[in-house]
Amino acid sequence: MIVEIGHFALILAFAVALAQMGSAAWAAYQSDDAALSIAPSAAMAQFGLLIIAFSALVWAYVASDFSVANVWQNSHSAKPLIYKISGAWGNHEGSMLLWVLILALFGAAVAAFGENLPARLKTNALGVQGCIGAAFLAFVIFTSNPFARLDPAPFEGQGLNPILQDPALAIHPPLLYAGYVGFSMAFSFAIAALLEGRISAAWARWVRPWTLVAWMFLTLGIAMGSWWAYYELGWGGWWFWDPVENASFMPWLAGTALLHSAVVMEKRDALKVWTVLLAIITFALSLMGTFLVRSGVLTSVHAFAVDPERGIFILAIIAFFAGGGFALFAWRAPLLRQGGIFAPISREASLVLNNLLLSTACAAVFIGTLYPLALEALTGAKISVGAPYFNAVFVPLMIPLLVAVPFGPFLAWKRGDILGVAQRLVFAAGLSILAAIVAFAITQRGPALAPLGIGLGTWLIIGALSELASRVKLFQAPLAENWRRLCSLPRSSFGTTIAHLGVGVAVLGIVSTTAWRSEHIMVMKPGEPVDFAGYTLTFKGITKREGANYVEDVGEFVATQNGREITSLLPSKRQYTAPPTVTTEAAIHPSLAGDFYVVLGEANAGGGVVARLYFHPLIRLIWIGACIMFLGGALSLSDRRLRIGAPARRRASPKLASQSP
Amino acid sequence: MTRKQRRTVFILTGMTVIAFAAFLVLSALQDSIVFFYSPSDVETKNIEAGRRVRIGGLVGQGTVAKGAGTQINFDISDGGSTIQVSYNGLLPDLFREGQGVIAEGRLESPRKFIADTILAKHDENYMPPEVADSLKKQGVWRGEGDQAKSVKPRSGPAL
Repeated sequence: MIVEIGHFALILAFAVALAQMGSAAWAAYQSDDAALSIAPSAAMAQFGLLIIAFSALVWAYVASDFSVANVWQNSHSAKPLIYKISGAWGNHEGSMLLWVLILALFGAAVAAFGENLPARLKTNALGVQGCIGAAFLAFVIFTSNPFARLDPAPFEGQGLNPILQDPALAIHPPLLYAGYVGFSMAFSFAIAALLEGRISAAWARWVRPWTLVAWMFLTLGIAMGSWWAYYELGWGGWWFWDPVENASFMPWLAGTALLHSAVVMEKRDALKVWTVLLAIITFALSLMGTFLVRSGVLTSVHAFAVDPERGIFILAIIAFFAGGGFALFAWRAPLLRQGGIFAPISREASLVLNNLLLSTACAAVFIGTLYPLALEALTGAKISVGAPYFNAVFVPLMIPLLVAVPFGPFLAWKRGDILGVAQRLVFAAGLSILAAIVAFAITQRGPALAPLGIGLGTWLIIGALSELASRVKLFQAPLAENWRRLCSLPRSSFGTTIAHLGVGVAVLGIVSTTAWRSEHIMVMKPGEPVDFAGYTLTFKGITKREGANYVEDVGEFVATQNGREITSLLPSKRQYTAPPTVTTEAAIHPSLAGDFYVVLGEANAGGGVVARLYFHPLIRLIWIGACIMFLGGALSLSDRRLRIGAPARRRASPKLASQSP
Repeated sequence: MTRKQRRTVFILTGMTVIAFAAFLVLSALQDSIVFFYSPSDVETKNIEAGRRVRIGGLVGQGTVAKGAGTQINFDISDGGSTIQVSYNGLLPDLFREGQGVIAEGRLESPRKFIADTILAKHDENYMPPEVADSLKKQGVWRGEGDQAKSVKPRSGPAL
């Protein structure tokens, strides 16, 4: 019964989305002001209905109702409760339902908090949101219905792929989708502005916080996915330049560019056309991300279960929204009044450089991701484009960007003084060179350029802090004055500092783990100590253990350092019962200096086991850096100037805090 | 600086960055892409030894031989031809005799392949599309590998 209610709510939500779209179109076409009020109510209703539908699906999972085909395929009564719940979106149908739910959440947020938006802009944007919602709801209902029943109902489900039974992966899709779908706001507002043929700085003020929210969640979602791949897949890597990873990374790059160009538009009323275009591109890339993951056109280490027919449906949706968006842009963008031009050395120009490099890098990733597809279609040759391509292209484009980052916030709007800025960055530069020299001195091996990478990370961190220091006039004024200035700084400038600092922290982690990682594959016999990366590792033996829905062979390895026992590592091989699958669980001993990582292989003819040992220096900094970036975004978002609404409003309401999903 | 000069500066910077990126992309596409071949392709196409390639097919029944160390030898076959693969490392969990697999590495000779990466998929019934295509070409394809759409038990035919 509950499942039928969910199914019914889902179909009703589709009808409501159509009404949301239709009423907005009617209001625009007939200039009918009475119709303006329909779209916001429809957006709220759509959200409410989808909550019902999604809850019904979660209920079916929790109650293990195997008469629902989706539950039968992806769940099992012996599964721990948390994975029963997360199983609801650990599969295609459920995750698409989550996708539309989050979309409706954003639409409802516009309806609820957009009271001081110009009515026409608000209705148009909601109309576009309704259109996206309707398209994806049609996709869910007609190709991927999570509520389809089975008759007769099976007694037991088939279980969730064990590598998805993981806490990080339980929250990874919601975060990622909040990011993808969040960019639909920028898209809807861009289309609404194009339809109106008018755009103002108020537009950017509106779009920026939404883009920031989407960007924050996407950052966290990508980091979470990378962390999961690191500890769960047991390959010791943290990023594989896999098509599915790229699918989430491209919107991130474009979204980061959008975030920065929206600043220029808000503050200086310039770069309008570009910002609108970028908003369309970012969402088109988000849709493409959904398509790449859901269609399986690309070979991917992540491709779980894929279906080309659904891919065609999503492809049609992309073609409609991206194609329509670009066509509308080509037609209407000339109507948008261009802002003034600025000096080549200015804050605006530095943000243009940021946009230029980020979007070129995004294009390079795009080419690498889709080239195999194009080549196969044209010549039939099957190729794969892997890490060597992306490293060769992406890194050289990122280096100038990262070198330029600390300059940006120092430069004045309109016309900056590059020499003055350089003087203020002397301290940061000195410290970075020092860091590079120290890194060179204490490491004996690794690529020659790696110490410069350490210097770059330090440059970003100290550069970001220098900007803060110069704003509070540290060492140039009495401490009380420093403190007063610090307290009166807007939160958004803290946000910038912290986010840039986070980038620096992540760079340090990426460089050190890439350059100085140790890896060793060997046969280990019980009782024989092995020296590795400054540790002495002894294999004790293998014991059997039983978990909730699996049995495992656990290998025990004791790590000692200078005769002192550090930890005992317990990597295992698990045999899950439903579905019958073997997984490898790596054992990781984390520390600030680096992770000691052991993977258990198979038993060897000579009585030992094959083991793969890694030491990943400073790898935690990658994810810590991403979390710092998230924090920077959150601080910026809490800035009162960025609170949704006209600048005149000063009511301090916790609006944004309550809207995050 | 006049308006026109400023614009020129921006356009030139943009062109430089794009040209630089285009150069990087083109040279990387020349050097670092990896072609996929089936064992039959390797036999007929005369692939130069030492170039980085991917080979895909089914792991031959009864061919997996583990040495005393970490070395593993097995055959990859597509029904038409067979290649001997030697690999040093840990095999993926879903690596099994009779299963589809992709090996990345270098050809030592047309019959012998040194792999440094072995890819088998997360999903039991998932067949890498390249492998499925080459099996179809050789006429040894035994049915749909992907179980995404149809509701059927996961423990279906191994292919």
